[in-house]
Amino acid sequence: MEIRIEVFIKENFPDVIGNETASEVSHIGIASVDEIRMVQVYLIEGDLSEDGIKRICGELLVDGLTQDYICIYGPSGQPDGIQAGKIELGKKWQYNSVHTIEVTRKRGVMDPVESTVLKGIKDLGLSAGSVKTAKRFLVAGQLTTDQLETIANKVLANKIIEDVFIDKDNLFYEGKNEIVDYAFHRQELDILDADDEQLLAISESGQMYLTVQEMKAVRKYFTALGRKPTDVELETVAQTWSEHCMHKTFKGIIDYNGEHIDNLLANTVMKATSELDKPWCVSVFKDNAGIIEFDEDYNICFKVETHNHPSAIEPYGGANTGIGGVIRDTLGTGLGAKPILNTDVFCFGPLDMPQEKIPEGVLHPKRIFKGVVSGVRDYGNRMGIPTANGAIFFDERYTGNPLVYCGNVGLIAKDKCEKESHKGDLILLVGGRTGRDGIHGATFSSVELTHQSEVVSGGAVQIGDPIMERKVTDALLIALDRGLYNNITDCGAGGLSSAVGEMGEKLGAVVDLEKVPLKYDGLSYSEIWISEAQERMVLSVPPKNMDEIRAVFEGEDVTATFIGEFTGDKRLHLRYKGETVADIEMVFLHDGVPRTTRKATWHLPSHEEPDIKEKMDYGEDLKRILSSWNVCSKEWVIRQYDHEVQGGSVLKPLVGVNNDGPGDACKVRPVLGSNKGVIVSNGMNPKYGDIDPYHMASSAIDEALRQVISVGGSLEEVALLDNFSWGNTGKPECLGGLVRASRGCYDTALYYGTPFISGKDSLNNEFKAGDRTIAIPPTLLISAICVMPDVTRAISMDVKSPGNLIYVIGITKNELGGSHYYYTHGFIGNSVPKVDIEIAKRTMDLLANATGKGLIRSCHDCSEGGIAVTAAEMSFAGGYGMELDLAQVPVEEGIVRDDIVLFSESNTRFVVEVEQPQQSEFEAAIKGISYGCIGKVIENDMFNVLSLSGEKVISEKISDLKEAWQATLKL
Amino acid sequence: MAVEKNNNKPRAVILRTAGTNCAYETQYALEKAGADVDLMHVNQLVKVKGLLSPYHIFVLPGGFTYGDDIAAGKVLANQLRQQVLDELMRFIDDGKLIIGICNGFQVLMKMGLLPEVKGLQTSLAGDKQRFTLAYNDSNKFEDRWVYLKSASNRSVFVDNDSFMYVPIAHAEGKFVAENQEEIEKLDKSGQIVFKYVDKDGNMSGYPWNPNGSSGNIAGVCDSTGRILGMMPHPERHIDPTQHPRWTREGLKAEGDGIAIFRNAVNYISRAF
Repeated sequence: MEIRIEVFIKENFPDVIGNETASEVSHIGIASVDEIRMVQVYLIEGDLSEDGIKRICGELLVDGLTQDYICIYGPSGQPDGIQAGKIELGKKWQYNSVHTIEVTRKRGVMDPVESTVLKGIKDLGLSAGSVKTAKRFLVAGQLTTDQLETIANKVLANKIIEDVFIDKDNLFYEGKNEIVDYAFHRQELDILDADDEQLLAISESGQMYLTVQEMKAVRKYFTALGRKPTDVELETVAQTWSEHCMHKTFKGIIDYNGEHIDNLLANTVMKATSELDKPWCVSVFKDNAGIIEFDEDYNICFKVETHNHPSAIEPYGGANTGIGGVIRDTLGTGLGAKPILNTDVFCFGPLDMPQEKIPEGVLHPKRIFKGVVSGVRDYGNRMGIPTANGAIFFDERYTGNPLVYCGNVGLIAKDKCEKESHKGDLILLVGGRTGRDGIHGATFSSVELTHQSEVVSGGAVQIGDPIMERKVTDALLIALDRGLYNNITDCGAGGLSSAVGEMGEKLGAVVDLEKVPLKYDGLSYSEIWISEAQERMVLSVPPKNMDEIRAVFEGEDVTATFIGEFTGDKRLHLRYKGETVADIEMVFLHDGVPRTTRKATWHLPSHEEPDIKEKMDYGEDLKRILSSWNVCSKEWVIRQYDHEVQGGSVLKPLVGVNNDGPGDACKVRPVLGSNKGVIVSNGMNPKYGDIDPYHMASSAIDEALRQVISVGGSLEEVALLDNFSWGNTGKPECLGGLVRASRGCYDTALYYGTPFISGKDSLNNEFKAGDRTIAIPPTLLISAICVMPDVTRAISMDVKSPGNLIYVIGITKNELGGSHYYYTHGFIGNSVPKVDIEIAKRTMDLLANATGKGLIRSCHDCSEGGIAVTAAEMSFAGGYGMELDLAQVPVEEGIVRDDIVLFSESNTRFVVEVEQPQQSEFEAAIKGISYGCIGKVIENDMFNVLSLSGEKVISEKISDLKEAWQATLKL
Repeated sequence: MAVEKNNNKPRAVILRTAGTNCAYETQYALEKAGADVDLMHVNQLVKVKGLLSPYHIFVLPGGFTYGDDIAAGKVLANQLRQQVLDELMRFIDDGKLIIGICNGFQVLMKMGLLPEVKGLQTSLAGDKQRFTLAYNDSNKFEDRWVYLKSASNRSVFVDNDSFMYVPIAHAEGKFVAENQEEIEKLDKSGQIVFKYVDKDGNMSGYPWNPNGSSGNIAGVCDSTGRILGMMPHPERHIDPTQHPRWTREGLKAEGDGIAIFRNAVNYISRAF
């Protein structure tokens, strides 16, 4: 029997979701909607009595005070004496027309609510077979079918993962429960006598994206074996050899303007680390995350991942599996770490982009933005991990290919940082069940997107189940504590294929695929092997611990299944119900990929040099930059993230007298009761990359480090992560930029003494719209993590009290290239900011020293918008005005323009606040670096700046400046 | 799990299940307040009868139990009501204390333990329910700091005329009653423990009242004052460095939130 239960908000209570939906509909320009109400639908299948149904509704599904409900019985009839009801919506709904749009997840797409409802029914002492949920929107107003379609597709649903039903009643989604049996059939692929074209065709038709050379290597291997490969063997090779998993570009051979580079990564980013050879680096570039020392008992691990392509197609699911994935990286670092902090950095198209400029098959940036933010919110918050650091960057070129960086910091016991599987260990799979979700994610993320992507790769898109991951985390930390396993890794891209392939690389492994617990029947053995179903981890367990570890997971309601063994024969052996479906050597899998030489060239581009007329007043320019997408307040986003759970928060993302100023970096105490802390910051500015990726890289490192210094940290123990998101590196110019950026990383990290400990690259971030290809700007995210001995030494960026002196530290040069000042005038320019290796490190060291002595009340680093924006932010965050004099700003020879001093984005500069009594001590402490006392904090609410020639060049109310900064991102 | 302790500290137990995620900081707060703390998974509580008896304080911490699917706290509330209600009632009858914070408050409300235990039986059937916690007016999860003023001296967890600064972090915290009379009744019986106020202590609208709660209600207790439920997170303001403006206003001796836990511990020390 099937029952359809429709739950709706009573007339006299606000339907907040309905109202929100209505306002979003009006935002997409459909004005004829009078009202929208949301009805939550549950379809329950099972043998239930009338009383049972009433209890399920009354005690579980419905809030008796604010909600009402009706039941409708399915085709298969209903118990005697109950009438199928009808929604009573009262007078209010006497409109001429009420349309309905019902949205439900497609079969096989994760919907955590289903299992929760089943649990609730079980707790009631009842039982049901299956549950499906849907959202039904009652749309009042005169609307055409086209308009309803538009509302469905632009606001309510994403057809990649959801089915939509317009003006249909009493839906029961026929066929939802049919069981598709899988008839085993060992698939072999005919590649032995295939020519190049056929090889490529096989690779493409299977969405494996292997190149001809790679397919040839496979053919050679199997020809030697004298047999055809099975589908799952070829899939495994494709997964393992994908750019996403193997980083073939970074680790391959590059011909850079004739210069031979063998393994760019080893020669730049990783080289800086080995040359610096810091004793506090515990584990670098080998595990899921890099590990550095923290205190006597613990180390800290840090990893940032990209999850770009899935987020382009299904923003909510893409972002939420992105954060879920990087949290599993932490869980799978060493023998397991406790996740303590999330950081998220996004790149989108401008949110006000006109619809007609959006390419076919692309979601509007605002839709992507909202989806990504709620995806991160719902996963991070449910996991109970604070999201306390991040950034959002906007550029039209991200419209078709947004970037989503998700990072996680973990706390790991000192004796749990190393792991190794032993011969005879059992392979334990824990967590979520396996379904068709996420098939070909690894290969998909290694190619460019097209307007066809959603059709071809819809399967790569998934929705996460944060509570499952939370349960896995709880159980894992118990098993870790009891030392029940020898090795662990997460199931990420490539699913079991990558996880088992990686763990078994040295030993070899055998897996019985039919043992893997499935969400539903009908999966083939290869689908089981490559599925990227979320919330799964793989452990290597000594046989003696079998029962104990299974009990630990089952005690937390987590499925744990032994699926195979690490053998010691150095082969990957897959079976399905006893039949061998794969049997290849690990060494071929991991070292068999042919290395190809890629061409790279790079030439300094020449952009138009703007000729901007000098002005008497730069107040408007300041406000324009403050309100620009990249600089404006991100409070709307930040407040939706729980940034304080776990109680460690020391510096929150929003600071100042009204808790709404832009903090430079976040700071947490991972261990309550101790004052030892961790600072996390990030630096990124793709606009500089349009001029020279080398200086983009060094500026990004400088920015991340400036933020560390600004909150009271020092360069003593700072580690970096690199995350490259690039265009198609098959194009020599694009690859050349990657070489430039990597060298910028090497030089600058070496100079500052800040090693890289981990990183990631995401290439081929291009979008093909018809005949034109839009590549993202070369985008390098630098994340920094600093261990701070005493968090009570922290400072924040908001000015503290009137009368205090304001200093500028560091030299201002004519470096407006890629600046927001030029950007707001429609130019890029050429004079990109560089890092001055004569003085930069000394500047940071002395400033850190002064902070350590308690000589600084507030400090804010100069980035987008230069000194003007930095000082203005400090001023309105603290609630006091400022009087500043540009003539006192230390500048390089020959700078005579006020706009350069105000808005230049030269690196390694800070604006700091010092109390008058400490002036001489402070100046003594920073002796030897350039500084200028440019003014003071004042009681009233004016932000006044004098020009180089002593005229008033800015005179604005701080309330107006703050309003400009806050108004942009209020959605 | 409950094991015999040789010290005579008051004993608190924090209930754990899928999605409770504030256990760590809540344990820290209780221990700092002088309690001896254990964590217990709901599966153990259901499986073994009598596990609560050695404890004096039963804590439902913050989080998203079972994902807050269906409604915040609803599924755990249903489970506790169905499977351990007798044990909880005995705990209450023994004069012991229960506190639910954020999601824990949602659970207590949705199982009918708050605002009035006596109403439990009637409120079991959902349609007799007279109070609930609904979606924030903003329809958003929000993390922000709020000022709380105590509105009665009924709760043993709260000092008279207390004024505290603590964060909220929730999407479904709007206190809603069937009608205004119900709120007034609650007020008369002294069961409104905390109200959201502005920094000067006056009743005020958003964002001071972050979710649109009627009567600015942030926390309520039962008629005995021994069961407290509140949306804000006192366990997130135990140490001075947790205050959002300590870099401006200086480090205090301790955070405002500790008082709630200390009062509970002191009450037990006196009563047992």
